[in-house]
Amino acid sequence: MTPVQIIFLVVSLMLLVSAFMVVTVRNLVRAALWLISTLFMTAVVFVLLDAGFLAVVQVVVYIGAIAILFIFAVMLTRRVMADTGPQTNANGWWVGLSSLALFAGITWILLGWGGSSADAPIFPAGLDTVTDLGMGLVDPNGFILPFEVASVLLLAALIGAIVVAWDRDN
Amino acid sequence: MIPLSWYLILAAALFSLGLFGVLSRKNAVAILMGVELMLNAVNINLVAFWRYSAPEVIAGQVFTIIVFAVSAAEVAVGLALVISLYRRRQTVIAENIDLLRW
Repeated sequence: MTPVQIIFLVVSLMLLVSAFMVVTVRNLVRAALWLISTLFMTAVVFVLLDAGFLAVVQVVVYIGAIAILFIFAVMLTRRVMADTGPQTNANGWWVGLSSLALFAGITWILLGWGGSSADAPIFPAGLDTVTDLGMGLVDPNGFILPFEVASVLLLAALIGAIVVAWDRDN
Repeated sequence: MIPLSWYLILAAALFSLGLFGVLSRKNAVAILMGVELMLNAVNINLVAFWRYSAPEVIAGQVFTIIVFAVSAAEVAVGLALVISLYRRRQTVIAENIDLLRW
């Protein structure tokens, strides 16, 4: 066991416990807070994978924007559920079983696949992924089209969210 | 070092938990939270494959950035739908939103 492996195991344990709390905890505000913990642990996993920029984006976009949006939505719609009574529908046990079966199936396939025990190649010295990413996203021979499509999608989603949530009666 | 399979199994577990949340929760906001967990699992997979197969090709990270953008759009529209629905029908429970049933 190297220190990196121990760090990975601790982080992934915290990630999975947080994710489990997100899907099972009764109070939805608490679920949103557990979601923040899950997203933060995912950022740590990105750091372990040498993707520091993505970790920063994860914290800024996911925790800073999406999780806060979730907390707003929970608080705006909270009176209905009152956080009592069962939060799961009648299929709870079947869904749990099939999720477990899915996990077991994926793990079984992974263990049978030879490439899954590969070690990471040495990270190339002097490789600046942030610059590469920035150049790639605006390079006409690179990813400028997906980048622009994502921009238009975000604009459309912004306008769509305003229109959908508009209270026309007031 | 950490073998690739550890990351993939972590992502599989996270995806299964997200699927469980999506299929078993009653509250529409909680269903969206499950979708977020699944998208995060996909992101972990994408970054792990980028790191383990070709760190000098940036395409793996670009995929992840696009997934970030799509999930931000999805959450914005989804939560707007939930809030609009709550205003009109006073419910956020997915089972009660059955206007379109056959």
